[in-house]
Amino acid sequence: MSRLDTRRPAPYANPYLAGVGLGLVLLAAFVVMGRGLGASGAFTSTAAGTTVMMSPAKAQSSALFAGYVNADGGAWTDWLIFEIIGVTIGGAASAWLAGRFRFEIERGPHISRVGRLVAAFGGGGIMGLGAVLARGCTSGQALTGGALLSVGSWLFMIGAFAVAYVVAPAVKRAWL
Amino acid sequence: MRAPFFEFGAFGDQGAIIAALVIGVAFGWFLERSGMGSARKLSGQFYLTDLTVFKMMFSAILTAMLGAFWLGRIGVLDLSRVYVPETFLAPQLVGGLVFGAGFAIGGLCPGTSCVAAASGRGDGLALMSGMFSGVLLTGLVFDPLQRFYVSTARGSLTLPQLLHLPYGVVVAGVVCIAIVGFRVAEAVEARFSNALGRQ
Repeated sequence: MSRLDTRRPAPYANPYLAGVGLGLVLLAAFVVMGRGLGASGAFTSTAAGTTVMMSPAKAQSSALFAGYVNADGGAWTDWLIFEIIGVTIGGAASAWLAGRFRFEIERGPHISRVGRLVAAFGGGGIMGLGAVLARGCTSGQALTGGALLSVGSWLFMIGAFAVAYVVAPAVKRAWL
Repeated sequence: MRAPFFEFGAFGDQGAIIAALVIGVAFGWFLERSGMGSARKLSGQFYLTDLTVFKMMFSAILTAMLGAFWLGRIGVLDLSRVYVPETFLAPQLVGGLVFGAGFAIGGLCPGTSCVAAASGRGDGLALMSGMFSGVLLTGLVFDPLQRFYVSTARGSLTLPQLLHLPYGVVVAGVVCIAIVGFRVAEAVEARFSNALGRQ
């Protein structure tokens, strides 16, 4: 572990208070923009933008990417890309100010560094497929659609957490 | 001035970009503050040792749900101009099932992986790369999925419409369920974290 920051990390905030804070941010998005938060959409826009740079024809032939590419201003001006840039700035600032910024690979005691990176990459890839099918992730569906009482969002949330509990024992050694 | 401000033309596209950055910074801030940029802490949810994910997510959902409901009720926020994620029953259920498997394996979700990476964690960056690759690959081979993707469309269907109950009754119901959920979460967490010898 390389320690850029030698201060003792501050304890995490009360989860209920942090949740109310996050809820007020989500409410602010409704009031200011008329839309909620998101994360996976920024990945889809970036993937669509990357594809159009490699091959415009290829991007147009994908019904998923074409929607992003043909939107006003193209894939790179998606609102969620700017929002996610903000998320990384806010996350870094909070971690730094709390003395929690560390260059490390976080893992359980029984998994190698490479093993953890492979699991993270693989888990991310699976979530990529899931988020495309569901039209969003924990942010755009569970939080945003959850607060707006969307039926599909609640279905997504219940399904995702149910399967996570089924799969978790099989990957227990990565964490405990 | 009536809300949503952007929808009623209070500012344009440049203002929307500034709003995205500001809202994003606050979003990332609260995720990191509660420890959601840490895969080990977040995964505690799936082993019942640390239920921060549930407590935080449901506090956030309750706050935004109640805020939207009451701001709509007093006429400040025009809820018909707030985008409700549309429902596609089958792809969203299957997408959720697939997503949940990746969530347990990766230990972070797409948003929290950005926070993990931003606080110096290589596993966050690996998950972001995996997520990007997964979305890219899915987009490139999207043709066979297209029919399923648009199937079982129900439009902007909400729980009050589905249950034929007034909006306020469903809001109150979700609040009650969450309060019970919080009490259960505290009891479960106390039991399982002690069982593992951690406080």
